Amino acid sequence: MSASPKELVEVPGPSALGGGWRRFFELLYLISVTDFKKNYFDTALGYLWSLARPLMLFAVLLFVFTRIFRIGSEVEFYPVLLLFNIVLMSFFQEATIGSVTSVVSQEGIVRKTHFPRLVIPLSTVVTGTFNLGLNLIVVVVFIIAFGVQVTWTWLLFPFVILALFVLTAAMAMLLSSLYVRFRDVGIIWSVAVTALFYATPVLYPLEIVPEQYVKWIMINPLTPIFEQARHWVIDPSAPGAVAAAGGWIHLLPAIAVFIGTCLLAVWVFRREAPRIAEEI
Amino acid sequence: MATKTPESAGDELPTGRDLTDNPVVISSRGLSKSFRIPERKVDSIKERAVHPFRRQPYRDLEVLKDVNFDIHEGEFFGITGRNGSGKSTLLKILASIYPKDGGSLKVAGKLAPFIELGVGFNLDLNARENIVLNALMMGMPRKLAESRIESVLEFAELKEFADLKLKNYSSGMLVRLAFSTMLEADVDILLIDEVLAVGDAAFMKKCDDAFIDMRAAGKTVILVTHDMDSVERLCDRAMLLEDGRIKEIGAPGDVGREYMRSNFADAAEEHDRHLPKDQRAALMLGAWLEDEQGTRIYNVPEGGLVRSVVELEIREEIPAPMLVGAFSTYLHSEIVHVTDFRQKPVVDGKEIEVLTPGQRITFATEFESPFKPDRYSVTFRLCRNDDFDDVAMQMVGAIDFVVFGTSSQLGLVEVEMKHEARLAEPGPGPEEDSGP
Repeated sequence: MSASPKELVEVPGPSALGGGWRRFFELLYLISVTDFKKNYFDTALGYLWSLARPLMLFAVLLFVFTRIFRIGSEVEFYPVLLLFNIVLMSFFQEATIGSVTSVVSQEGIVRKTHFPRLVIPLSTVVTGTFNLGLNLIVVVVFIIAFGVQVTWTWLLFPFVILALFVLTAAMAMLLSSLYVRFRDVGIIWSVAVTALFYATPVLYPLEIVPEQYVKWIMINPLTPIFEQARHWVIDPSAPGAVAAAGGWIHLLPAIAVFIGTCLLAVWVFRREAPRIAEEI
Repeated sequence: MATKTPESAGDELPTGRDLTDNPVVISSRGLSKSFRIPERKVDSIKERAVHPFRRQPYRDLEVLKDVNFDIHEGEFFGITGRNGSGKSTLLKILASIYPKDGGSLKVAGKLAPFIELGVGFNLDLNARENIVLNALMMGMPRKLAESRIESVLEFAELKEFADLKLKNYSSGMLVRLAFSTMLEADVDILLIDEVLAVGDAAFMKKCDDAFIDMRAAGKTVILVTHDMDSVERLCDRAMLLEDGRIKEIGAPGDVGREYMRSNFADAAEEHDRHLPKDQRAALMLGAWLEDEQGTRIYNVPEGGLVRSVVELEIREEIPAPMLVGAFSTYLHSEIVHVTDFRQKPVVDGKEIEVLTPGQRITFATEFESPFKPDRYSVTFRLCRNDDFDDVAMQMVGAIDFVVFGTSSQLGLVEVEMKHEARLAEPGPGPEEDSGP
């Protein structure tokens, strides 16, 4: 029996982080790595599968937009830009769609352990990020093969990834916690994510969009992220986010939506986290 | 709060120790919790959108009401109660899985965040990886978790299966791994929800030994179960919850008896409500067990003298009547017929040939209880014409009773036996190679 009695403290109750930062990050890392490994080592072709989807989509779209619609042929480095955009967008789509049911499908853990709730949706995003990293290696090979100049601005690319990661994580938190209470979130998001694919300059560069629509597309926080990525990595002569929007002022709506989404996600998740075990 | 002196001591597990002088490690004051049960679950946004301001109809179900108790350092504390009594909710609040609604619940020291064994297991990983995963969940740093893999595997006796994925494990192996992982966790207070009746006898013995070690290390264990046997076998103190309130707290034996009593009381009430449905040629006025002094009892001590009594009012003429009483119990959730008796109404040494309407008759049967500790029920049947199948009245489960005791012998019944052994000296000659 230990001599010095420990201090009595109120039980913390369930929460998003539950049980300290160290435990949170260690669990997040371990679970993400585990899921990642499971995806790649359990199938015969492993990693190839994660490339197959974006590459297939890329091949089809490339054909359609350079042979049929021909908008692609007017844009410099269109094939690599398309592949680059598709890989980035696939990350956002797959991670958010995967996160919707994540908390509910981990019911056992949620209802029977004091588990940091936030780990569950975030781990799907982190696993997605590992995927993205691998896919980008292939993209880089393509980029260089197509004769794109390697510039120092490539070093800034991680900031794009960071912004994309934060936005994806915010959506994951929002969707997974709302899904516990409203099951139609899953259907709504699968439609919304398709709409977002077209509302983001993935297939087309922003400069060919008619003037009057640009400001609408600029509200979408993904737009400046994609534009900036293109400017830094593929084509320095293409306008960056600020230039494409026509000045800082016009970038503000997107920034507001970005920050608003993050704040809303944190607020909703913190509010819902303690009751998730009861609501499921 | 009643604390009793140790009831039993001296076996391998020193249960019923009085540790109430130790510092308090869990303290609950006025703890309450209710669940909001929607009358009609609104699951879709569309409904919300159509009626945005309509309040969702719900009712509050109070599962814990003003619960006060203290648990002391090193105690093995049992929480028991029927299904829905709130015992699991209490455990979940302790483990920070549910938030509490009111009152205070304080804990000193580190608490295991699990309430069930092996919840955090990932079946696609092997044992080593799962041990680390589980340990991280318990809040152990990664390095420390990895250093304990070997000792966990050793305790679970699963060394040769360490690299096998858990989906290929048998359920017994899973439990062993889970239990061992939990024991290796660096926590002060362990929460256990119904796990002890698992594994084979040898593993249970090992677990018992582990519990002794945990006690020696000053760990506090909270066990939630409705198996009174484990409460009496393992706990120092116990608490009985009923409808979210503490019904009894104190020595495991007292709590166990109270549990059996409250269990039976409800069963009897239930039975009385159903009584009129089965009336045919006779109406059962009552059925009960009594002891030698004639007081009604609900719990039968192992090996005690018991009398079953049934009172009947006759509605229709019953020629050549015969009463059949059948004892049954549950075994692996199947009803097992243990024994029965047949009885002809003999009054003042004269057998009654026919029962006529309006008559009241009481049958009594005395027996030395041969039953092992368990729950039993008695079904009565009144037959006509000496025929077992010609039923005039039947009451299934007329009496429910519990046999309590500490017998460790296996089987359903205790049979009186006379033992004897003979030893023959090896005789001369051919007897040696052709044994009898």
